[in-house]
Amino acid sequence: MSSADAVPGRPWRGRRRPDRAARRIDAARGWGDRIFRYQLTASGVAVLAIMAAVGVFLLLRATQALKVSGFSFLTTADWQPDVHLFGIAAVLTGTVLIALVAVVFSLPLALGTALFISEVAPRRLRRTLISMVDLMAAVPSVVYGLWGLFFLQQYMVNLSRWLSTWFGWIPFLKVDGAGAGQPLDSASVYTASTFIAGLVVALMVTPIQCSVMREVFSQAPAGEREGAYALGATRWGMIRAVVLPYGRGGIIGGTMLGLGRALGETIAVYLIISPVFVIQPHILQTGTNSVSSLIALHYGDSSDFGMSALMAAGLALFVLTLVVNFTASSIVARSRSGAQSEA
Amino acid sequence: MTVTEEAPKASAADPVPAPATVLPSREPAEVPPQPRRVGGTTRSDVLALCGAAASGLSIALLLFGKIAPLSGTVGFVVTAYAVSLVIYAVLVGLDHDGPAVRDRVMTVVLWSAAAVLFIALVLVIGFTVWRGRDALPHLNFFTQDMQAAGPLDPLTLGGITHAILGTLIMITIALVITVPLGLACAVYLNQIRGRFSRFVRTIVEAMTALPSIVAGLMIYATWILILGQEKSGLAAGFAITVMMLPIVIRAADVVLRLVPANLTEAAEALGAPRWRTVWHVVLPTARSGLATAVILGTARGIGETSPVLLTAGYTAALNADPLHGPMVSLPLAVFTFVKSPEPTMIARAFGTAVVLMALVLVLFVIARVLGGRGPGQQSKRQARRAARVSQRDAQRFEQRRHPVLFLQPHEASASADTDPRTGENL
Repeated sequence: MSSADAVPGRPWRGRRRPDRAARRIDAARGWGDRIFRYQLTASGVAVLAIMAAVGVFLLLRATQALKVSGFSFLTTADWQPDVHLFGIAAVLTGTVLIALVAVVFSLPLALGTALFISEVAPRRLRRTLISMVDLMAAVPSVVYGLWGLFFLQQYMVNLSRWLSTWFGWIPFLKVDGAGAGQPLDSASVYTASTFIAGLVVALMVTPIQCSVMREVFSQAPAGEREGAYALGATRWGMIRAVVLPYGRGGIIGGTMLGLGRALGETIAVYLIISPVFVIQPHILQTGTNSVSSLIALHYGDSSDFGMSALMAAGLALFVLTLVVNFTASSIVARSRSGAQSEA
Repeated sequence: MTVTEEAPKASAADPVPAPATVLPSREPAEVPPQPRRVGGTTRSDVLALCGAAASGLSIALLLFGKIAPLSGTVGFVVTAYAVSLVIYAVLVGLDHDGPAVRDRVMTVVLWSAAAVLFIALVLVIGFTVWRGRDALPHLNFFTQDMQAAGPLDPLTLGGITHAILGTLIMITIALVITVPLGLACAVYLNQIRGRFSRFVRTIVEAMTALPSIVAGLMIYATWILILGQEKSGLAAGFAITVMMLPIVIRAADVVLRLVPANLTEAAEALGAPRWRTVWHVVLPTARSGLATAVILGTARGIGETSPVLLTAGYTAALNADPLHGPMVSLPLAVFTFVKSPEPTMIARAFGTAVVLMALVLVLFVIARVLGGRGPGQQSKRQARRAARVSQRDAQRFEQRRHPVLFLQPHEASASADTDPRTGENL
């Protein structure tokens, strides 16, 4: 990579002999190369067009609904497009809360695993571990959904109950109608909650965050690592002094990439939550919603106008994830580690 | 430390006026007999760890069983872990200083973070396989579709052939579009530099995390609503394409960047045009990495439910025609089965999930076997083949220089007969 960067122009330019013009190597010549160039550019344009089409057509289909609702699209919690009463306040809050819960749990897990793989793990284990993280990223989301619904939920109900009993005074951990002696205090108060959905999504986004972080950590310069060791640092001291500061961009960027994925997750969330159309700030309580599961829930039974409203919701999700991803990739690119890895 | 302390001491002890320059008496520093250990484990570490784990477990047992009114598996595990961590810190602290204690404790924490992640992976896969054991032994599960089987029918009736076939058709459609377009775009990003290609790269990178349901929604908006086509396997294939394309481009881009620059420079120094350099040098060098990129993208594409949910419809019958009629894929079948409250349908859902996971796993293993090497590193067979080719070339060059030496009749005739290119060059 570095040698490619080292020849940006023509190194012989300054001492060009008068009798010999420099041979051009940077510009494509000949019909073969010209066609090749056009074809490649065409493929680039095609990909760009497909990506742009996603935004353009969503916007096109969404205008009908957006014209009717106007600004109240962002502030209404209800979803009854046929009586023109609809908005994404509730679903967007749910989406963001699920993603936040996911990131809160996945960040330490991903950071720890990434540090483990790049710094602690025995060398011969390293490739296996990397493969397993990649495999975890490849497990279909519907499988995570099944697991969350049939396995994780029963264990998490107790934890939810314990959290809400002892920490219910923290507003977002409160559960209405729960607690000893309350008539509604059953396990069903705690199932299908933001918390459980967030936990499952956390497992799905951890591998993505982990592989970004691991890649950045493994690029931390060996000279600085050895310098830290030479000054008497322990391994953890070296990690704190060299690896973590060097990889800060990767940590932030990887976390946000995971956040972007968590915002868009559909099927696992759909399987776990029970949809409600009120703003639900209590993450332990049953009932929440997300934009993507709203679309999955209503795409089949919607009228023409309802479909347009769903497109508007999809557009909002699209814009949100795009903003998060752009921020993430620019953070990674601007950090010290990212500047080197970018060709 | 020692040096700075000794310098003033030496000058203070001297009765004569101190000279302008003080040379510290350099005694040889105390070099430890062995290099300092920064990693690895010793026997006392292992013992401390085992002791800490045992006592943590016992204290947690005591707390949960006798003293405090605590209950629950999760709480037990968390308590045992926290207690043993504290005890481990104390044990290490008995014969080490602060930084060393922090180092040991953090090492254990990092080990446990990785362990949690991999236990979760094993639980996800293991639980699915365990629950899928009801449906999988029935052979009809793989040979029939769900047309004749209602929700109440036993597992001996009905299967998921239609979903397997649907998945294969959809992913084939997606691959037919993704592979040429995605690889061409990745080559474009690498070969043609400029503001526009940087822009394309930024967009593609931002799109790798495109919510899959938005990809489905986009195809629904264009193909089904605007163009008025019906929900079909083709539409689902398109939706998977939109989702897979950025993933494949991004991974292929990374692989192509790793192709050593000296190879391409050598090709250009020989006067090869750019397209020949790409076709004969860059792509073959990166072949295994590109295959990995495509296969991992395929694994992601196969597992996505939501694009298919919006664009394929659902059918219980076998449909091999991607142009007409609804089609179903494996993840969509899982999703539909699990929405039913019937235990047999849920068993079918888990069985289907196992088949889906097995498919992903097979793809994954193929990708790892192919992509084990970085670009430019050859397998033994490839290396032998390359050696054979260059040996032949060397002979050919020698033959041109000293034609007399190499006029062995059978080799000359063989090369003239079987290798027309060599014959032309001669």
